[in-house]
Amino acid sequence: MTMEQKASNKKKVKVIKIDLDKCNGCRACEVICSAFHANPKYSSNNPARSRIRVYFDPLKNKYVPVYAGEYTPAECMGRDKYIINGKEYDECGFCRASCPSRDLFKEPDSGLPLKCDMCEDDPPQEEPLCVKWCLVDALTYEEREEEGEEEVKPEDVEIGLNALVDKYGLDKVVDTVARMTQKD
Amino acid sequence: MRYAETGYNLEVDLSTGNIERVESDPKMTELFIGGLGTNSKILWDRVPPEVEPFSPDNILIFSTGLLCGTPAPGANRTIVSTFSPQTNLMAYSMMGGFWAPELKYAGYDKVIIRGKSPKLVYLLITNDKVELRDATHLKGKGTLETATLIKEELNDPKVQVASIGLAGENRVFFASIEQGRSSASRLGIGGVMGDKGLKAIAVRGKRDVNIARPAEFIKYCNDILEYIKFRANNPIKGVPPILATLGSPQEMALHDEEWHTTSFSWGHARFRRKDFWTPEIAERWTKIQDSTVERLISCYNCPMRCGGIIIHPMLNRFMMKCYSKLTYLMAAVSDDLGFAFKITGLAQEYGVDGFTTPQVMAFAIELYEAGILTDSDMPDFPKSNEDRFFYLLDKIVRREGIGDVLADGVYWAARKIGRGAEQYDHNTTRKHEQMVIKLGMLNPLYYLMYGTGEKGNITQIEGQIPQAPLPEDTKEEFVKDWIHPPKEWAEEFKQFILEWGRGENVFPFYPPISTICKLVEWQEMMHYIDDSTGVCAGLSSFPIKPPYHIHNYPLIISAGTGLDIDDEGLYRMAKRNRNLLRAINIRRGLKRQDEKPPQDHWKKRFPEYEEKLQDEYYKFKGWDKNGVPTKETLKDLGLDYIAEDLEKRGIYDNGTESK
Repeated sequence: MTMEQKASNKKKVKVIKIDLDKCNGCRACEVICSAFHANPKYSSNNPARSRIRVYFDPLKNKYVPVYAGEYTPAECMGRDKYIINGKEYDECGFCRASCPSRDLFKEPDSGLPLKCDMCEDDPPQEEPLCVKWCLVDALTYEEREEEGEEEVKPEDVEIGLNALVDKYGLDKVVDTVARMTQKD
Repeated sequence: MRYAETGYNLEVDLSTGNIERVESDPKMTELFIGGLGTNSKILWDRVPPEVEPFSPDNILIFSTGLLCGTPAPGANRTIVSTFSPQTNLMAYSMMGGFWAPELKYAGYDKVIIRGKSPKLVYLLITNDKVELRDATHLKGKGTLETATLIKEELNDPKVQVASIGLAGENRVFFASIEQGRSSASRLGIGGVMGDKGLKAIAVRGKRDVNIARPAEFIKYCNDILEYIKFRANNPIKGVPPILATLGSPQEMALHDEEWHTTSFSWGHARFRRKDFWTPEIAERWTKIQDSTVERLISCYNCPMRCGGIIIHPMLNRFMMKCYSKLTYLMAAVSDDLGFAFKITGLAQEYGVDGFTTPQVMAFAIELYEAGILTDSDMPDFPKSNEDRFFYLLDKIVRREGIGDVLADGVYWAARKIGRGAEQYDHNTTRKHEQMVIKLGMLNPLYYLMYGTGEKGNITQIEGQIPQAPLPEDTKEEFVKDWIHPPKEWAEEFKQFILEWGRGENVFPFYPPISTICKLVEWQEMMHYIDDSTGVCAGLSSFPIKPPYHIHNYPLIISAGTGLDIDDEGLYRMAKRNRNLLRAINIRRGLKRQDEKPPQDHWKKRFPEYEEKLQDEYYKFKGWDKNGVPTKETLKDLGLDYIAEDLEKRGIYDNGTESK
């Protein structure tokens, strides 16, 4: 076994630590996330497109930054509600899914799902930009290596197409793509 | 495509209920930047000087700044402009928070409101959908309460609400517009909103704000953040802790209040308590503050934590910041910090200005103690000052009994009450309550700033210069990385910092008047730029060595908007805004004699020297002896139409215009 092959058995685990007590509710994370993911990069920003959202309610002192996780075509069988130190958080308040039960983590125009990609970039960023822009250290970044295969990550386009397939059926999506291709 | 700004304003006529989305002229951005600048242009064009503040023809503008909603850190200010019921001059007050960026995301730069609604309404803006909604169920509700009810009604916690309370509804001359912990509170703009029958504006937006040169722009934003980190680790040496950092004075975080409590005045701006700050007070206040401030919080896209979430056993949670922690307490001559938090929470719900209100109440107590106001004016007036403050606050916001008189502020109340009450009106300039500072030696810089600041509020013109000579051993280090002053004045300003306080180099005759003019001009111009870009003064014109300055501002604005502006160009725009605002107030009757700080502001006064200061400063500004911008000044700035208007009105006719 060569060294290269051995290395490929390690996978990099990227962790953003979220300290709810340190969050100041400034939403800089939403600003820079949506700017970074604009096309061309930084050409616009719009928190409604951000892959991180800060849910906060100062009058109840609740501050929860949440990252967009997996897209899911179906709702869970039930909902959850956390109560921490006597404070009741929103239904599914800590869930990261882009899910039919809510508007969260969907492109405002198309409704297509959004997912945090840890600001993958070429050359790579030192840390996700939400972390970089969080000067109060509510968000901090850690990397570690674990045994196991590196997962093949679906691209944004694939995630989006999956959502369309779930909504309209594969045939309809294929037909539409075929028709659009012919037009060109 | 328009960059940084959206290029659209909302025009709302409350009398007819008509709402239009109107494209703005990009030329206006090139001339007046945005925010306060473009607001002033609209007010100049559309509100003739005879229009009374409480007239349907008065206009109330809620504006974003040019950079609001872009990633520029701290660009979150809402600039509200109208005419003040208290001064009858232009009122512009600003608030941080989240409202202005949200309006940009909804697709608008300004909301321009005219007319009067026949019944109480609120305006709801969600992207393209804009509607006036019935607000009769919100009548009499508190400001935060109103915001909460609207959010519940719309089932959207991210709706941003700017609202008035009881004071605004009752047209109190110092009513504020509140938004969370941020309030646009000076000069009675909440009263104008109430007069228009507008309880609140709720806004939610999900659109993009575009940037002209993205990579360049984001680099400048990153530089700003890096500098903020640097300053957090390198507080300014040789100044009190409260002045050593960025942001508003960090009074939710810091416990040390020696500077305010011992240098500012107590009661109705009457006396100092130079030995107030004892270890016992420090310990007691620390305990109270630590159990009261639950979390430090920020405005939109800003890392400074100027605000605090406040828990008080007798109130719902609320938020506050800065010096309002002390204004009520010091005016009531109370030693109980718990009282300060409680009354501030109440006052915010009612929606009143935290600077003016305590002074009006302290003034009423003085009159009562002098026998000018009696038990027949104030039935059941309590014994303790704290209780008296709660009593008076309640009367004022309801305009009940004596409250109806006091609700017009010290100047007008004194004249209505008569019987010698005018003698107690000692701390107003232009009919507006000033900062509660009473000092010994005339400060020539502050003389000009108190007098000529168009907003009538010292914190909105001062900044960036230490309040007293620096200790000798910190001076060299201070000037080493003081990159902030304009290039052509940098050496002169550094010399001032180095030499100030040495031997004869003390106020009032040091520095030379020519240097004084430049120092004042620089401080003021940076505020004018902030008020147009919507960047918080706490990251720019107010603290010493801020991240935004005249050298990086043009780069940021240019990259954001695609305009090509340099230091000189930006300075010229700010100067244009300054003269425009000046002309608006001149046209409404502002006179040289109005531009005097309170007579007792300093013990040692120099009437001849003060006149000379004012003369020289007017000349420096390009104004004549009466403080009117000369035709040449106006024409040079492309404001010929203003010169013509002033001419036509005979404002130049008295033969005193200096060339």
